[in-house]
Amino acid sequence: MGLRHAAWAAVLVAALGAAVPGAHAQKYITVASTTSTEQSGLFRHILPLFHSETGIEVRVVALGTGQALDLGRRGDADVVLVHDRAAEERFVEQGYAIGRKDLMYNDFILVGPKRDPARVGGGKDIMTALRAISAARAPFVSRGDRSGTHAAELRFWKLAGVDVAASGGTWYRETGSGMGPALNTASAMNAYVLSDRATWLSFKNRGELAIVVEGDPRLYNQYGVMLVEPARHAHVKRELAETFIAWLVSPAGQKAIASYRIGGEQLFFPNAKP
Amino acid sequence: MSEITQAFAAAAAMIAGLDAKLVEIVTLSLRVSLAAVLIASVIGLPLGAAVAVNRFAGRRPLIVVLNALMGLPPVVVGLVVYLMLSRAGPLGELGILFTPAAMVVAQTILILPIVAALSRQVVEDAWEEYREQLRSLGAGPAQSAVTLLWDTRYSLVTIVLAGFGRAAAEVGAVMIVGGNIDGVTRVMTTAIALETSKGDLPLALGLGVILLALVLALNAAAYWVKEAAQRRLG
Repeated sequence: MGLRHAAWAAVLVAALGAAVPGAHAQKYITVASTTSTEQSGLFRHILPLFHSETGIEVRVVALGTGQALDLGRRGDADVVLVHDRAAEERFVEQGYAIGRKDLMYNDFILVGPKRDPARVGGGKDIMTALRAISAARAPFVSRGDRSGTHAAELRFWKLAGVDVAASGGTWYRETGSGMGPALNTASAMNAYVLSDRATWLSFKNRGELAIVVEGDPRLYNQYGVMLVEPARHAHVKRELAETFIAWLVSPAGQKAIASYRIGGEQLFFPNAKP
Repeated sequence: MSEITQAFAAAAAMIAGLDAKLVEIVTLSLRVSLAAVLIASVIGLPLGAAVAVNRFAGRRPLIVVLNALMGLPPVVVGLVVYLMLSRAGPLGELGILFTPAAMVVAQTILILPIVAALSRQVVEDAWEEYREQLRSLGAGPAQSAVTLLWDTRYSLVTIVLAGFGRAAAEVGAVMIVGGNIDGVTRVMTTAIALETSKGDLPLALGLGVILLALVLALNAAAYWVKEAAQRRLG
């Protein structure tokens, strides 16, 4: 080990120090949320407002609702913001989170090919539409990923009295993917698919797809927000996280949510109880 | 076809405008992958050379395992690193999940076998050729390894580049351990996956064109340096 080796070692260490990105020092919290809220651009719209008011940075990890809840369960997030009320209430009951609050809502829509092989177009009844798709054995793309939309879809099939498990792989196709990829798949195979409205509005690769059913009250889609149980995970940034949740349900946060639009259309409707 | 044209147009517009968001993403991609390739080389090259010049029990199984690990699926690496770094995991105390550091760890694990396995082969080939000479000079295994690493340095550059290519191109691992957080852990590949999800295929492909151009530029630079050094040092 001569001087030359030592010099090389020093260069290596210096290069490593420069290359490994440093940790951000400022105050931040991690939010586990859904792809619909992230990909629709809602967070990009409201988070700068929150940051300028409080100086708190919010880092969003966007997954399906089931996976987002898993992150909270393992303590890898401070706040969970998702849309599967039954699963959220179970989550709180099991002691993984506290203080669940209604935050906002929008609705699900049934999307399908414009030529509408199952002839469901125009109707407002999601059950009738699903039965028609099943009867026509028209291709239907399911998320199949334990997301909030997947949970809602399975609920609708059950209410419609169709056993999709029995027809798996034929006309009913589970993709195990996020909303965007599922829409891409549906667009490519001209299939029907249940989507949340926010993702659909921000989705660009529509191809031959269009909305075929909307406006059924059962298609209501509620979002909730909650704090990961600090008693279970001591590292949860309780104070910062509570500031964020309080802001979301405050008039300022609710106004910020309501003001997000794509092409003049409002994507999320705030409905937190004061 | 129009989408491909649009992709190149999108890429050109992003580069011409020096889009701040794009610069941030590209910089993070480079820093993470270069850090990973650096760590993997510091460990992998000596490891490969050591396995090449030493004879010990279990050497053959080790070589087979090293070679097989070159095929590690990124998503599996991501999952394992996630479980280790998760708050509920053994290294949760570190609190580095969803940070660039976690992404460096995952990519290092991914490319370490590539660097070690390929350098083992290169050094061993050279070892076969120069073994007698090295012996007659009285070089032990450690000294032989150092000498052979230096002798094969131009081949090793290609191996390091292969490692960098793998790191910069993978999406499965960084998506899981980085979380694709806007402004914090979003890199080229996760940004491409995100834009694909949003159905903005031209923009996604445009980002892909830029990633390819970057990797190409880096390889060209490495090739030029290698040529220049070979001319000067012979």
